[in-house]
Amino acid sequence: MNTLTGRSDRRAGFPSVARLAVISTLAMLAACERPPVDVVQGGYRGTGMVTLINPRMDALQAPNNRVPPPLPAAPTAGPLAGSVYKNVQVLKDLNIAQFARVMVAMTQWVAPPDQSCGYCHSVANMASDQRYTKVVARRMLQMVRHINSDWKSHVGATGVTCYTCHRGHVVPQQVWFESPGESAGGGMTAANPDLYSPLATIGGSSLPYDPFTPYLLHAMPIRVNSTGALPDGNRSSIQQTETTYALMMHMSTALGVNCDYCHNTRSTPIWSTSTPKRVTAWYGIRMARELNVDYMTPLTATFPTARRGVLGDVAKIDCATCHQGIFKPLYGVSMAKDYPELEGTMTPPAPAATPAASAGSAPSGASGGATTR
Amino acid sequence: MAEYQNIITRVQIGAPAYSGVPLRPGTWDRQGKPFFSYWLGRFGDAQIGPIYLGTTGLLSLVCGFIAFEIIGLNMFAQVHWNPIQFVRLLPWLALEPPSPANGLHWPTLQNGGWWLMAGFFLTSALLLWWVRMYRRARALGLGTHVAWAFAAAIWLYLVLGIIRPVLMGNFGEAVPFGIFPHLDWVSAFSLRYGNLFYNPFHCLSIAFLYGSALLFAMHGGTILAVSRFGGDREIEQIVDRGTASERAALFWRWTMGFNATMESIHRWAWWFAVLCPLVGGIGILLTGTVVDNWYLWAVKHGVAPMYPHVFPPVVDPASLPGALK
Repeated sequence: MNTLTGRSDRRAGFPSVARLAVISTLAMLAACERPPVDVVQGGYRGTGMVTLINPRMDALQAPNNRVPPPLPAAPTAGPLAGSVYKNVQVLKDLNIAQFARVMVAMTQWVAPPDQSCGYCHSVANMASDQRYTKVVARRMLQMVRHINSDWKSHVGATGVTCYTCHRGHVVPQQVWFESPGESAGGGMTAANPDLYSPLATIGGSSLPYDPFTPYLLHAMPIRVNSTGALPDGNRSSIQQTETTYALMMHMSTALGVNCDYCHNTRSTPIWSTSTPKRVTAWYGIRMARELNVDYMTPLTATFPTARRGVLGDVAKIDCATCHQGIFKPLYGVSMAKDYPELEGTMTPPAPAATPAASAGSAPSGASGGATTR
Repeated sequence: MAEYQNIITRVQIGAPAYSGVPLRPGTWDRQGKPFFSYWLGRFGDAQIGPIYLGTTGLLSLVCGFIAFEIIGLNMFAQVHWNPIQFVRLLPWLALEPPSPANGLHWPTLQNGGWWLMAGFFLTSALLLWWVRMYRRARALGLGTHVAWAFAAAIWLYLVLGIIRPVLMGNFGEAVPFGIFPHLDWVSAFSLRYGNLFYNPFHCLSIAFLYGSALLFAMHGGTILAVSRFGGDREIEQIVDRGTASERAALFWRWTMGFNATMESIHRWAWWFAVLCPLVGGIGILLTGTVVDNWYLWAVKHGVAPMYPHVFPPVVDPASLPGALK
């Protein structure tokens, strides 16, 4: 028995192999967050229901979630804006001081600083609807009031303001458009209904890349599970499950939480073992859908082409539009309480332009509804 | 025998290249002139070759190549033949099975036809390789244990790709080709069918999987540890136990009260490895065909423990009167 020669090779080769191993190991870890991570227990002990909070990642998000100081409160008495100004359609129940306060807030929250009032108003005639941005802003004010008064099931007492989504940008940073369709090489090559490029909106997964159109615009059934142990005619497919999964990944990413923030993942469909936050999220899906159908879609023609998607559709709302990576937008700070002007119930949703099937009015299916459009 | 007292392989046998026992007349020759590789010798035998390809081996490689090309070229087309994007996005690229609505009908090429063809050629490649493995064992006068272990893995593959989809009535139930897509499929499969962790055959499969790793570590560790006493002569020691065998046995009797034998440890290993995909395949086969929600099945049969509620009662908002849809 003797060993083959080649020792000198080995001596020369080994350090470079070791170096390569170290470098490739570090490269693989490069995408990881470094420990320690704070763990907050959510469910019963042993069920693994914990929220993971990385203080360093949190710090990165802090600047985007600073709440601007509220404007000084307006006196409650005074002539109504509706009787003083022309063409006031939504805020006519405010006095002129309150009205001006909302206008100033909107310029701070939404309009570019160099354009200020002129971003929406024709400065020569403030009452004019000449600029499309004013028409959009009016509808958005109706939307904010609608959310604050009719969607307490989702926004609670915290409420929303323009700033919840806009954060100083004329278009909220996280909106969605309908996707131009399947990615495929064309011709006879196989279509791929799933993502072929990692999208942050669905957590970088390879799941179907558009869970929004079916669930946040149309009311396709989200639930795929059987409610009994044995087969009972439920034909929900794996592909359907993946689309639901993509929506859930979107919610997880948009809120910066894991599945178990809402679900006890031993059984994702069972409500009795879920957390109360799942109910809030359930209403959130319906809210986003209703807002997209009743408020955004009717504005499609109002927007110029440059503001629309490749298919010519309007920018639409998903969970990230407000949440922007945080489980409660702006860490749950209520800006709306400083702006009672944005409360209000007087605006019935959508006059003529609303499509017939609004999310809330159609007959309800037992589980998740089953409108297939 | 100090060479054994190391965490990596140190012994390389220097012997003339050996081309194996004579083959029966009428079969292909073994091809290639054997050579020695020092670095491969660090991991296994330093002698490389000769290789026996044979009819089944050649056909298997051809079929495998066709499947590989179908999958790869379709993925390449999805990035519009851009080689940089192909490399960058490879983990996300997929060749998807036909949509569920297509049932078991022959789909168009775009809608799963390529997937079906890739599956056919990949299956052919695997089965031909199995035949080759069986025949090579026979040609050497060996038992066919390895071929049957491989067959257990093929069983799981066939259940996932064809048997269960046919029972379910559509190819859409099958697994896509692709790195992340097939992993997402696994998650979606478990989510759709109520958490596969409550599937008892999945439990068994995991036990055999982890058990295989445990047995492998225990056996490898034991033999290396007693090699200083000649424990590496395992097969002879089945019937002729020497001090190495006795010490290994005593070690395990001391530490856990029971020991395998030089023979039985190899049967343990083989059965654990074989049972992992075998029972796993049974678990997949029952999912959706016989059981639709494994969690509820486990609740029904008292398998899933119940935990105290820590939240206020949560009610499905869709079940409330006048609920939104």
